[in-house]
Amino acid sequence: MTKENRRDWLIKGGLVIDPPSGTMEVRDVLVERGRISGIAPQISKEGVSIIDARGMWVVPGLIDIHVHFRDPGYEYKETIETGLKAAASGGFTQVCCMPNTSPVNDTGAITLYMREKAKKVKGPLLYPVGAITKGQKGETLAEIGDMVENGAVAISDDGHPVMNSETMRRAMEYASHFGIPVMDHCEDKNLSADGLIHEGLVSTALGFKGIPSASEEVMVARDICLARLTGTRVHLQHLSSKGSVELVRWAKNMGLPVTCEVTPHHLTLTHHAVETYDTNTKVNPPLRTEEDRQALIEGLTEGVVDCVASDHAPHSLKEKDVEYDLAAFGISGVETALGIVLRLVQEGKLSPLRAIEAMSTSPARIVGLDGGGLGVGQPAHITIIDPEKTWEVKPEEMLSKGKNTPFAGWKLKGKAIITMVNGEVVWEAR
Amino acid sequence: MLKGRDLIALADLSKEEILYILDTAESMKEVLTRDIKKVPTLRGKTVVNLFFEPSTRTRTSFEMAGKRLSADVINFSPATSSLVKGETLKDTAKNIEAMGVDAAVVRHKASGACRYLSKVLSAPVINAGDGIHEHPTQGLLDLFTIREKKGGIEGLRVAIAGDIYHSRVARSDIHGLVKLGAQVMVAGPPTMIPPEIESMGVCVVPSVDEILGEVDVVIMLRIQMERQTSPLFPSMREYSRYFGLSMEKIKDGMAKDLLLMHPGPVNWGVELSPEMAYYSNNLILNQVTNGVAVRMAVLYAVIAG
Repeated sequence: MTKENRRDWLIKGGLVIDPPSGTMEVRDVLVERGRISGIAPQISKEGVSIIDARGMWVVPGLIDIHVHFRDPGYEYKETIETGLKAAASGGFTQVCCMPNTSPVNDTGAITLYMREKAKKVKGPLLYPVGAITKGQKGETLAEIGDMVENGAVAISDDGHPVMNSETMRRAMEYASHFGIPVMDHCEDKNLSADGLIHEGLVSTALGFKGIPSASEEVMVARDICLARLTGTRVHLQHLSSKGSVELVRWAKNMGLPVTCEVTPHHLTLTHHAVETYDTNTKVNPPLRTEEDRQALIEGLTEGVVDCVASDHAPHSLKEKDVEYDLAAFGISGVETALGIVLRLVQEGKLSPLRAIEAMSTSPARIVGLDGGGLGVGQPAHITIIDPEKTWEVKPEEMLSKGKNTPFAGWKLKGKAIITMVNGEVVWEAR
Repeated sequence: MLKGRDLIALADLSKEEILYILDTAESMKEVLTRDIKKVPTLRGKTVVNLFFEPSTRTRTSFEMAGKRLSADVINFSPATSSLVKGETLKDTAKNIEAMGVDAAVVRHKASGACRYLSKVLSAPVINAGDGIHEHPTQGLLDLFTIREKKGGIEGLRVAIAGDIYHSRVARSDIHGLVKLGAQVMVAGPPTMIPPEIESMGVCVVPSVDEILGEVDVVIMLRIQMERQTSPLFPSMREYSRYFGLSMEKIKDGMAKDLLLMHPGPVNWGVELSPEMAYYSNNLILNQVTNGVAVRMAVLYAVIAG
């Protein structure tokens, strides 16, 4: 259907789902020199390659603002190249990678390394998220300006949240000068210490130290208070509990500059998944209760939850084929994210427009990226989805080095078949 | 009934399977009363004790149980093993299995470690205590001891008091007792009551003192200082006063029937005041004796059936 390295396309007959304009109609989309040059019911154009998209969804390129590509430092788990290839196959055109590499991305040189390495890969655009503090140690501020100058779009100490509220306050104030949001993995490390799974009836029965929902919620509340104090935009990462959603709802009603994300796995699984002792269910924040899961879905539906992000956290067997308490936290999620979200669409929980908004339009807005819509003149970041394609999650076939998925064997419906970045097809299903 | 199976948790066993082990243990106990306390049942079989965590009672008890049945019992001790060279649990266990064992008795500080090994090893794995999850043979010997004294479990009222949160014994006791029809109450400081413990079929009472007159058995648990990572009570002195058991709390009329049990080792002066050692219905040493019979029954059941 397609040829490599072409940037002129006529995508014909697909169902265009474009959240910014509210469009959900069959349209032709013309791409010229890497940009969208026309959207209309019927477009004819000589000399461009045709993509027959009848029966397909044509949507603004998906954006995942929470991935871990492990590069530099843990290349045995993932590299920027394998991570980008996996993301492309999952339909993503832009990704934001977290700073917990080795060395930590806390200075412009590391940020630049990531950007330069990504440029050599035919795949999604990569935007680093820098650390808030040097070495993610929570003590002194990282060189935020230097990282922004080299391409960082946000800061976060993801996984090692800044516990000292004074440090967090100053980081927020300082970051506001550079116009970037501060992202936070909300976890009170004292409350969650040694915890393995959600604190509740499953942790009690299995004898695992629990991670109470309150360990997330107290930090969500703190960050909301600091957003009010500093006026800085705060983005709360991978919320997992009902209480967190309620706090964000309150913050949004107050008009505070707070946004948040949820992951596909928290939208789908509960702590009962841990009863299999499958270490691929070990993730932080932990899988919580059905009540929490329903609250996350409801929050996503009504917009209290802004977006979906995968928290793609690839690990090797060395970290996962061990006792549950020794296993690393994390799920390799960039290849299953779309299929899992579409499951919610099929269940009637999310409209197609809202689903695409949560996976493209909202994440673009949160970190200030181009894209997230199919407007004429915009860069041609486009994902073409076959909504009827059924497929089985097979870890051995995943492109990510991390095969750590709790969805192995799941049958999903809907898959990206073409991922286009700046008009270039970076991934195409066979 | 259980041949070739793992014994990881009483949560996994049916009432019938539990009763089968208890009944088998009765014949085993008879063996222990003989002049020559040994039968050839497991001759030529090898049992390995993989104890990754310190133990006196359980390891000795399993060793003795294996020897009474004529099995070869090998003891593995982590301090002198390749674990100190960084070998993983999986590799250690698979290497020992490769030498040819018929059952592995495993104790580990991590909850779920025995379940993990049971997936890795083809020989049956018997859980001798995994973290704060379960200690099924302790649960079985507690059931055996109660049944021996009371004639049955159904309808009994049993209190388990103390550090429920960190107790694998409590979890196994609860599953066993509930499956055999006892009514179980747990008590202790709120910092030591795990969340939603009611989902295991028990009720939570604020203090064991209040229900001493209503229960048939009280199982006092050891305060496990080695597992506490944050302060759960202010001092031993205060704990013993509000949550420990002493003779003065056992009122007239209770002592005749109220059975006292404890999985050991006892912190005398903390959960039990020292004079409780001389309490007439103190079954702590009966538990130890019965432990050998119950573990003989378990080894027999999973190796020979």
